[in-house]
Amino acid sequence: MTDHSKRVDEATGTNLVGHEWDGIEELDTPLPRWWVYIFAATVVFAAGYVVAYPSFPDVAGGTGWSSRGQLEEALQAQTAARAPVATAIAATPIDQLAANPQLMRSAIEGGRAAFKVNCVQCHGSGAAGSKGYPNLNDDDWLWGGDITSIHTTLVHGIRSPGVDETRFSQMPAFADILSKGQISALVNHVRAISGQGKPSAAGAQLFAENCASCHGPEGKGMREQGAPNLTDGIWLYGGDRASLTQTISKARYGVMPHWATRLDAATVKMLAAYVHSLGGGEANPTPAPADTAAAASGESNVSS
Amino acid sequence: MSALDLINPTSGLYRKREPVFPRVVKGRFRQLKWAVMILCLAVYYITPWIRWDRGAYAPDQAVLVDLANRRFFMFNIEIWPQEFYYVAGLLIMAGIGLFLVTSAVGRAWCGYACPQTVWTDLFQHVERWIDGDRNAQLKLNNAPWTAAKLGRRLTKWSIWLVIAMATGGAWIFYFADAPTLASQFVAGDATFVAYATVGVLTATTFIFGGFMREQVCIYMCPWPRIQTAMLDEKSLIVTYRDWRGEPRTQGVKKAAAAGEKVGDCIDCNACVSVCPTGVDIRQGPQLGCINCALCIDACDEVMGKLNRPRGLIDYLNLDDEKHERAGGAARPILKTLLRPRTLIYFAIWCSIGLAMLFTLGERARLTIDSAQDRNPVVVTMSDGQVRNGWTIKMRNMEARPRSVELTMAGLPQGRMWTDAMDRKDAARSVRLNLAADATTRLHLYVAAPAGPAGETPFALIARPLDATPGTKDGREAARDIKFIRQ
Ligand code: SF4
Ligand code: SF4
Repeated sequence: MTDHSKRVDEATGTNLVGHEWDGIEELDTPLPRWWVYIFAATVVFAAGYVVAYPSFPDVAGGTGWSSRGQLEEALQAQTAARAPVATAIAATPIDQLAANPQLMRSAIEGGRAAFKVNCVQCHGSGAAGSKGYPNLNDDDWLWGGDITSIHTTLVHGIRSPGVDETRFSQMPAFADILSKGQISALVNHVRAISGQGKPSAAGAQLFAENCASCHGPEGKGMREQGAPNLTDGIWLYGGDRASLTQTISKARYGVMPHWATRLDAATVKMLAAYVHSLGGGEANPTPAPADTAAAASGESNVSS
Repeated sequence: MSALDLINPTSGLYRKREPVFPRVVKGRFRQLKWAVMILCLAVYYITPWIRWDRGAYAPDQAVLVDLANRRFFMFNIEIWPQEFYYVAGLLIMAGIGLFLVTSAVGRAWCGYACPQTVWTDLFQHVERWIDGDRNAQLKLNNAPWTAAKLGRRLTKWSIWLVIAMATGGAWIFYFADAPTLASQFVAGDATFVAYATVGVLTATTFIFGGFMREQVCIYMCPWPRIQTAMLDEKSLIVTYRDWRGEPRTQGVKKAAAAGEKVGDCIDCNACVSVCPTGVDIRQGPQLGCINCALCIDACDEVMGKLNRPRGLIDYLNLDDEKHERAGGAARPILKTLLRPRTLIYFAIWCSIGLAMLFTLGERARLTIDSAQDRNPVVVTMSDGQVRNGWTIKMRNMEARPRSVELTMAGLPQGRMWTDAMDRKDAARSVRLNLAADATTRLHLYVAAPAGPAGETPFALIARPLDATPGTKDGREAARDIKFIRQ
C-alpha cells in the first residue's frame, strides 16, 4: 500500500486508492462481505473445474468430457433418431411410399441430401444435367418417369457393366451401315418430326426401315428400350444437325452406375422419391386406390 | 496484505452489512406505494388467467407467449415472428418512456415499480406482521436462538417461500395455457424447464426479497447508475432542505432559550428509521436512495406534530434547490413536470404508440412470399414449352381456415400448377385451402411457350374466396415475380 491510501476523500470519508484520471480519483470502497464470499467461491469452483474438465493441452479432464466426444454423441443420437425413419422407408414398397405423406416428405429430404453426395457429379447440383447427362427436372424420361421406374433405374443402373438386370440397349453405329447421304436424309427426317425442318421422303423411308423398331414408327420412342422420343423438344446430346449426324453415325452409350450395392435400400428409395419430386415425375402406371392417391398429394391441401 | 485479510471480519477490505429494519410509516407516498404495489402484483399474478375467446383455431388465453408455435397473443392482437418489429416498437417506447419518467420524476421506477422494490416491500410487510415493527425486529435479531425465535423465523420464511413460489409459478403461465399447465405442474407432468424456471425464480425472489434487499439496489443493479446519469437539473429527487432544517437540534426549546439558531430538524431520526435502504437522506442525494419518498412521509408526520410546514424532506429538483437556497419561495411541482423536455418525450412516446396501433389495425393477415427456383431456373419441357418454378409460402395469420384463389396477372400464355397437381390440369388460377393460423408451403410451376431470352414480369394474386363482402376480409395478397426464359 502506498501513502496515497492514507488520503481521505472529503465528501464521502472514504480512503483514496491513489489512482487518478483527469482529476477523478478512485475511492477505496470496500466490497460487501457476501460479494467477497462469492468471489472466493468462484475461485474454489475454478479449481474444481480445472480438474474436472480438459484445461491443458493433451490433458484429459477428470470427467473425461471432450468437445469432440460431445459431437460424436450428438451425431450418434442424430443417426439413432433417424433410424426408425430409414427403417420404415426401407420396409415400404417404393410404389406405396407416396401413400404415407410424412414418410414421403422425409424420403424426399433424405434424397436431396444423398443426391448432393452421389449424383451431382453427373447430373449437377440442381439435377439439371448437361449434354449426355439427363436433366431430371423435366418431364422427359428415357426409361420411365414414375417412381417405380426411377427406382429400378437407380437400383440396377443403365448399361452398368457386370450387372445382369441393368437397363440395357444399344443403338447401332449407322456409319457402318448407311452411306453419308442416307445419314443426312435421316437427319433431315428427325429434324422434320421434331418440328425443326422440312420433311424428307427418303429420310422417312430410311427411318421406317432402320429406326422404327426401337423409336417407333412416329419416332415417339420406346421406354422398354430406353429409346428416346425424337419428336419432343428435349435432346440429350443435341438436336442440331451436327449432333444428330454424330449420334446416328457413331451411336451413343450413356452409362449410369447401379446403386444397389453402393447405397442401402432406404437411401436408394429416398433418391427415387427426390428425383420423382423434381417436377417431372409421373404417376405410377397401376394407379393406387383413389383415397391413397389423394393422400399422395401431401399435406399441402391443394384442391386444384 | 495477505489473502487471509479477505476472510478476516475486521479487515477494511470489505464492508460488513448494516442490517436495516425499516419502521412502518403512514402518509401520502406510502399510500401511492400501496396502490402501485397492488396494481403491479395484481397484473402480474392475474394476467395469465384471463381468458379470451379466439375460436377453435387459437388459444383462449388473453396474454400468451407461445414459444413452441412462435406466436405472441395479447388480447385481440396476435403477433407472428415476422412482425417482431412491433416488439421492437414496444422496446423503443420503453426506452423513451424511461427518458420521460427519469427526466420528470427521477428514479420513480426504483422507488415504486421495480420488482425488487415491490417484492422487498411485500416481504417487509410480512416481516412486520410476524415479528412486529422496527424495534421488535431489532430486539429479535439480537436475541439468542431460542425455540420461540426459531418458530418465528420459520413462520416468516415459510410465508416468504410461499410468496416466492407463487411468483416463480406465475411466470411460466405466460408461456403456456395456464389451467392446463397448472394441473400438469401439480401432477408432476410439466416439462423440466417449467420446474427449473419456477425453481430459479422462487430462489431469486426468496433470496433477493428476503435477504439481499437493498444490497441488490446498491451493489448488484446497474439501473441506479444509468438513471442517475440521466437526471438533469429539473428531475425530481428526494431532497432534505438542509437550509431549512440545519442546524438540527434535539433540545429545541433549550437551544432557543440559549439564543442559538435552530433549524426545523429535531434530529428525531424518523427519516432514517423508515428508509428501506438504510440511507440518511440528510447527507444529501446518494446512490443508495431509491427515491421511495417514505422519509418524506415520516418527516411530514413529525412536522405536522410540531406545527411546522410539511416538506422538510421533499421531492425537489436541483434548480429549485438553488432557487430556494438563495431565499426564493418554493415553486409548484407541476411546473417541473410540464416543460418542453418532458412534453417532447411524451409526444414522441405517444406518436410511436399511435403509429403502432394504426399499423396493427392495417396490417395484412394474408401474405404471399415466393422464392424462385435458381438451380435450374429454366427447364425445357418435352412439348417445347419452358417451365419456371417457385417455392411459395402463403401465410394465413387469422385463426380460421381460409380458401383462396391464386391467380396470375400478366404472362397471358402461362399456365400454372402446383406440386400436388398434374401438369395437364394447369390453369390460370388454382384454388388453395389455407390452414388456420399457419404457413402453407407449396411448389408452384408455370409453363409458357419458349421465346427470346429475357424476363417477363407478372404477379401472383391470392384472392380470398370466403370473404364477407364489405369487410377487410377480402383483402388480396399479391407478389410480383418474373418469368425467365433463357
Ligand atoms: S424525520 Fe425530519 S425532523 Fe426527523 S430527523 Fe429526519 S429530517 Fe429531521
Ligand atoms: S432516503 Fe428516503 S426516499 Fe431514499 S430510499 Fe430512503 S426512505 Fe426512500
